[in-house]
Amino acid sequence: MTLRGRTAIVGVAEHRPTRYTEGATTLGMLADVAMRAIADAGLEPAEVDGLLTASFAEAPFMAPATVVEYMGLDVHYSGVVDLGGATGAGMVARAAAAITAGLCETVVCTTATRRERRTTGGQRSSASPGFAGRRVDRTPESEFETPFGAIGANYGYAMIANRYRHEYGVTAEQLAKIAVAQRYNACHNPDALFFGQPISVEDVLQSPMIVDPLHLLEIVMPVAGAAAVVVTSAKKAKKLKQRPVYLLGAGEHTTHRSITYAPSLTDTAIRAAADAAFAMAGVRRKDIALASLYDCYTITVLLTLEDAGFAKKGQGGAFVESHNLQFDGDFPLNPHGGQLSFGQAGVAGGMSHVTEAARQLMGRAQGRQVRKCDLAFVNGNGGIMSEQVSLILGRDN
Amino acid sequence: MTEPSPATPYTKPLPDPNPVTRPFWDAAREHRLRLQRSRKTGTYIHYPRAVSPFGADDELTWEDVSGRGHVWSYTVARRATAPQFEADVPYVIAIVELEEGPHMTANIIGCDPDTVRVGLPVEAAFVDVTPEVTLVQFRPRTAPAE
Repeated sequence: MTLRGRTAIVGVAEHRPTRYTEGATTLGMLADVAMRAIADAGLEPAEVDGLLTASFAEAPFMAPATVVEYMGLDVHYSGVVDLGGATGAGMVARAAAAITAGLCETVVCTTATRRERRTTGGQRSSASPGFAGRRVDRTPESEFETPFGAIGANYGYAMIANRYRHEYGVTAEQLAKIAVAQRYNACHNPDALFFGQPISVEDVLQSPMIVDPLHLLEIVMPVAGAAAVVVTSAKKAKKLKQRPVYLLGAGEHTTHRSITYAPSLTDTAIRAAADAAFAMAGVRRKDIALASLYDCYTITVLLTLEDAGFAKKGQGGAFVESHNLQFDGDFPLNPHGGQLSFGQAGVAGGMSHVTEAARQLMGRAQGRQVRKCDLAFVNGNGGIMSEQVSLILGRDN
Repeated sequence: MTEPSPATPYTKPLPDPNPVTRPFWDAAREHRLRLQRSRKTGTYIHYPRAVSPFGADDELTWEDVSGRGHVWSYTVARRATAPQFEADVPYVIAIVELEEGPHMTANIIGCDPDTVRVGLPVEAAFVDVTPEVTLVQFRPRTAPAE
């Protein structure tokens, strides 16, 4: 059984990324953005019979039932998707599988991240507990990584970049160009965090070095936000308000959680995920009109361009240099600005690559609409190049 | 990285070993690097696990290893990755590939951070950070073992 063309995204919603939320609950944000996505599809909540939610601290157990109850839903299928930055793409694939298997017909997939202002003691109330100088839970990470300051994600992507530079070489200017193109896109998206703040390659290279070789402007800024989509059967999709965005291909690959144990730093799990998605969809790389690629760092985009098959291995830098990555260029990449310039709202940041691809394929991207946008490749990346989910979305099934 | 001294209590995150991982930390306190090894495949494993990745019919034994390896990749943190590490900036976080195969994350100590490169030969350096805990760090090998 293939998932090709069986389901479609029919509604999208997003909260504008903000630095901080003032007292909002994650549950409230998850429910609000999900309700907006349902309304965007022209559906009533009663027509939704499936729910997928990201995990969230307020409901460490039974999160799906918590969201179902809050929203007043009545579902035949529910679950948590916990794939880090690949959660959004992973939700769409899981919703499509459940619908195709006949478990349900219409699934709302919701993600949200709140972020409180700094409280006393320098700790953010929304920050992950665990590395506040005290002993933490007995996990491989707390035992074999955090004692060395291997905390957060910056250091891991920096190690990937250094290994890539060692094996293949890429210039700081080539990496910076990715951030600059996405900022250009964000300057055409009033909802982007960095709307109205263009940057140059020089700006990127002159921004502070955080972890060698990554500069500040090559690193996402954590924000709060929320994003949701509604996935339904192709049959039902044709009767709804929005132009359906069909799921044509999906692929997934995971081999590790910590980058320490990745089989390779430069040949990533994206390859297998993307190959599976393209094989299912039966389309070629050159048919893709829009690349919506998870971008926590510039190096992530470079590796994705290679491992998803758009650039030859080792040629990512040359590819970036020889293509115009702006929404109005020859290789439109992350027209919403990507997480680097739209905002990285935790798991909702990863969902933004899905919502943007859907908006573009629906023809609703306004001032940043990609011309002749009929086929999009989406990649979600969780952890430090750990969970990978690739999707191919199209206007026709 | 700053060396611990009795005058300044150690404030960085510490491991909390469990019965499965305890032999690794006990060996480290004795300044030995000890890893699990698969009886079925001969493969060394890190970190210690309750079950072999090669299946339920395998058995994991503990063996001392050389402590030698090379830098698989690294970064120099110019900003602290967590507040407790601010005094150490700049410091090197690296993944070391041991001669026996497994990868370990550690700091590269005892050298100028700017001299660390991919492929740099390193050896284990045991740092007693508290009376109970010794961290397995790595430092450049002055004379290559080859």
